[in-house]
Amino acid sequence: MKAKRNVLLTAILMGLSLGAQAQISGGVVKIGVLTDLSGGYSDLAGQGSITAAKMAIDDFIAREKPDFKIEMVTSDHRNKADIGSAKAREWFDREGVDMITDVTNTPVTLAVMKVAEEKKRIVMEMGSASTLITNENCNAYTVDYVYDTYALANGTARTVTQQGGKTWFFLTVDYAFGHSLEKDSAAVVEASGGKVLGSVRHPFPTSDFSSFLLRAQASGAQVIGLANAGADTINSIRQAGEFGITPNQSLAGLLIFLSDIHSLGLQSTQGMYLTTGFYWDRNEETRAWSKRFFEQEKKMPTMAQAGNYSGVYHYLQAVKATGSDDADTVMAQMKKTPINDFFAKGGVIRDDGRMVHDMYLVQVKSPAESKYPWDYYTVKATIPGEEAFQPLSESRCPLIKR
Amino acid sequence: MELFGIPTALLGSQLLVGLINGSFYAILSLGLAIIFGLLNIINFAHGAMYMMGAFVAWIALTKFGINYWWALVLAPLIVGAFGAAVERVLLRRLYKLDHLYGLLLTFGLALVIEGLFRDQYGISGQSYPVPQALAGGVPLGFMYLPIYRAWVVVAALAVCFGTWFMIERTKLGAYLRAGTENPQMVQALGINVPVLITFTYGFGVALAAFAGVLAAPVFQVNPVMGSNLLIVVFAVVVIGGMGSILGSIFTGLALGVIEGLTKVFYPEGSSIVVFVVMVIVLLVRPAGLFGKS
Repeated sequence: MKAKRNVLLTAILMGLSLGAQAQISGGVVKIGVLTDLSGGYSDLAGQGSITAAKMAIDDFIAREKPDFKIEMVTSDHRNKADIGSAKAREWFDREGVDMITDVTNTPVTLAVMKVAEEKKRIVMEMGSASTLITNENCNAYTVDYVYDTYALANGTARTVTQQGGKTWFFLTVDYAFGHSLEKDSAAVVEASGGKVLGSVRHPFPTSDFSSFLLRAQASGAQVIGLANAGADTINSIRQAGEFGITPNQSLAGLLIFLSDIHSLGLQSTQGMYLTTGFYWDRNEETRAWSKRFFEQEKKMPTMAQAGNYSGVYHYLQAVKATGSDDADTVMAQMKKTPINDFFAKGGVIRDDGRMVHDMYLVQVKSPAESKYPWDYYTVKATIPGEEAFQPLSESRCPLIKR
Repeated sequence: MELFGIPTALLGSQLLVGLINGSFYAILSLGLAIIFGLLNIINFAHGAMYMMGAFVAWIALTKFGINYWWALVLAPLIVGAFGAAVERVLLRRLYKLDHLYGLLLTFGLALVIEGLFRDQYGISGQSYPVPQALAGGVPLGFMYLPIYRAWVVVAALAVCFGTWFMIERTKLGAYLRAGTENPQMVQALGINVPVLITFTYGFGVALAAFAGVLAAPVFQVNPVMGSNLLIVVFAVVVIGGMGSILGSIFTGLALGVIEGLTKVFYPEGSSIVVFVVMVIVLLVRPAGLFGKS
């Protein structure tokens, strides 16, 4: 009898709260920025991602005057999948977090996505590279917003091969990410009429690349493809210059962020081609936003950091439009609405979670061409979204019905 | 010409590159061996001191315009003085306790130092240019040898053997060795042992900083550059025999070469080959190759 009465009371209370605050739980939308604040990705995401998410929230409140409150929490996943998924679980279960943004690091992302699917909450992924996120491991609650290895390989490898870099040798970091980047790139090279002469796999992390570079040099390939990331890429580029490899052979960086170029300097990176989802100095809109970011962070945003702003803003707009923070409702709205802001024009979130938008093929400027701080890239080509990303016909995502 | 299916040119260049890396191992493990041999402290902060050496050089160049050659002298002095202060204030209190306490303290110290640098300078690191006089390279026929790398080998070997000479062949070295054998007796003979110990720690740390300056133009100057290297260097010390000075120099060079060869024959294994060697050596000669059991 008592139990029945309690159920009834609960139902009434729930009804009351629904009536009072529409469908937003507790009247609060809570966003969690889960990122690498201390490890190898803390420059390309990290504090800058938190700043970008905070800017999105502040701008949204100022412009849209929502009738719900928006809160933000942040945490460092320390590049460990167990720490990341435990934090996500805690946020979803105990702190009422509705959406997690950034993540940045493929294994952590895969673990957090699983928790999000189980708890029916949303993940907006910005910095991880692997195509697993939108293929084998895809789910209905995850958006991969900025880029993936397919788009990077496609943009850089195709252009470099078409411009005459017909023979390739890959310097590949020896774990899943490197293997998939090499595989994707090699396929593009061969499809564009080039030839892969060989590859060498180096342990992660490596600080001395001389042995591997000497093998790449001995191969005589015109292009050395760097299928690695972060500090490994930085050290391989530096040491390639030291051993006289550049400019006789050219380097193609397959995953390079603005922060890497800034760290290396233009002297050792000039002339390199790379593909990026965002460049701060591309047009008036990107410059305006990036300068605001710069005022707070004292550095220009990477594509992952800019993505955090765009993604959080898009999410909040969907929450406002539907008056709900229910993951299925918001996700449907996000997929229905194209993204139009400084980051993406006509960006669309597909059913596999891939946000499709234009990518940019850029070339690193020489020190003489660079006129002011952070003037690093010349945009050589805009790669339309449909060409840049893996087509749905090749998708291995179980959500895509064929 | 080929040897085991590998062109000899490639093999030769890998041997040379191995020797270059080996000289970094040698100079770092030498510092560790001195500190362990004379102070019985397992200095986990050694990697952080190496990193500090590189950063001091970078800061000196970018903020004060002090060139590489001065940095080569100044950075070891500054970081060595910092080490001496650490010994005076912190390590001194631990000598009566188990080795483990020294290890924990220096490990914690390393984390704090790295954290501070990471907070200040970020993770991507800074570029330190190769000094003008050593820029460029010479084609050797079988490889293109950057002049700077050759200089690293020469400088590292000179410092290593200079240190060995000082400890084994000079009066100061004799005091040091005696001080570790029997501190009371040496004290009774009128030698200030605590100062001697502070000097030793400072010197060991200065060697690490020297290696850091040597490394700055080769690797990106980065807050975690030391922790990536430190574990390998510990393995070198264990293989060479704890506390053996010549042992750590030779082992450092030899392991660099072995690692270089592994990069030719089985690149994926190059990060663990040092540890495989360590296991084998410990099984056959538990005291290390040059250690006295």
